[in-house]
Amino acid sequence: MCLAVPMEIKSIKDNIAEVEVGGVRNQVRLDIIDEQPEVGDFVIVHAGFALRRLDREEGLETLKLFEESLNVELT
Amino acid sequence: MLNLLNKFKDPELCRNILRQIEAEVNGQFKFMEVCGTHTVAIFQSGLRSLLPENIIHLSGPGCPVCVTHESEVAAYLELAEKDVIITTFGDLMRVPGPDRKNLKNAQAEGARVKVVYSAFDALKVAMENPQDKVVFLGIGFETTAPTVAATLKIAKEQKINNFYVLSFHKLVPPALKVLLEDQDTEIDGFLLPGHVSTIIGLKPYLFLASEYQMPAVISGFEPLDILQAILLMIRQKNSGQPEVVNNYKRAVADNGNPRARQVMDEVFEITDASWRGIGTIPQSGLGLNEDYEQLDGFKALDITLRDVPPIPGCRCGDVLKGKIRPDECPLFKKACTPASPVGPCMVSTEGSCAAYFKYMV
Ligand code: SF4
Repeated sequence: MCLAVPMEIKSIKDNIAEVEVGGVRNQVRLDIIDEQPEVGDFVIVHAGFALRRLDREEGLETLKLFEESLNVELT
Repeated sequence: MLNLLNKFKDPELCRNILRQIEAEVNGQFKFMEVCGTHTVAIFQSGLRSLLPENIIHLSGPGCPVCVTHESEVAAYLELAEKDVIITTFGDLMRVPGPDRKNLKNAQAEGARVKVVYSAFDALKVAMENPQDKVVFLGIGFETTAPTVAATLKIAKEQKINNFYVLSFHKLVPPALKVLLEDQDTEIDGFLLPGHVSTIIGLKPYLFLASEYQMPAVISGFEPLDILQAILLMIRQKNSGQPEVVNNYKRAVADNGNPRARQVMDEVFEITDASWRGIGTIPQSGLGLNEDYEQLDGFKALDITLRDVPPIPGCRCGDVLKGKIRPDECPLFKKACTPASPVGPCMVSTEGSCAAYFKYMV
């Protein structure tokens, strides 16, 4: 039940977003997300609510840090 | 974005980090995760068997179903026999109570129990059945609690007066503190739960390093996230400079999610809570506050928790504290299997015993 997975926002109407993951569409509520997401954003969804917009820049940054700490090249 | 997310599974990179871990670890390193999703991720990805033998993975009290106390299980099972509709996450259905009875048995005997995917769906059940009392079983940590709080707010705003929540919600940081106070528990570092942290951020964990000199890394759930977090913890231990680090920045802001916390604050108050295998931990749970009294299942339906004996023979509590491995429980794979679970750690897919059974045999 802890499962929280990234899902892509396909449309937003009021407080409800339609999201898709692996071809399956679902509705999630936006009552507790801290930043209003936009269509195309990925959000972390848990028990029917979006918790947070995934941050692409931060994701890239983390990978860069991995790379630095290992001295390897990412393709 | 999907490409980026897939990078966190990259086998070549994983191998590199694994080699680095092997090179840098000194003696034994025991880390504990406290999140059911980490438990599953570590087993499912095969990480557990890839890690060098001196890296020891302990699965702590991070499975919400498992930590739900036997007195709480007894309370909702009793409630199920009354004239109410129980709504619950599916994970609770097979958790055995006293006499090994569970919600599924109760349902077969006529109790009205509905599995829902979210608290909001439970509220919908209440709206569709205005003549019935509909009770939602609120289990879970800081990730789940705000979703339940938001639902309660909607129920109040819309004046839905047949919806109740039995809040058994628990808070992660106080449990970590208890584990560290326990002299018998040996832990070298904490892999901190990614999505709990999405809500609470970095601050509530800072005491781990400042008071207990404990390395701690907030981590995501991909193999790369977990390996990198292990490497960071080992480096902290080696350098003698423990720190609490957010290594899951794509999903966790250092400040967490203030809006979700605000919603929680409006609805809940911090209370003492009972944890299976650990007992009462002060200020480690969430109950509905005064403003939400009418929606509080405990008050509105007059429910009290009473002492019930722990499940005979089940060592789930010791498993949750990292004191024994599941296969060290005498009942493991004998009297206790996923098909016929004795304790909750074998019921939930996020439970250590179930993970051991599924992946270690
Ligand atoms: S194997 Fe079964 S009986 Fe033993 S600790 Fe795990 S859940 Fe309890």
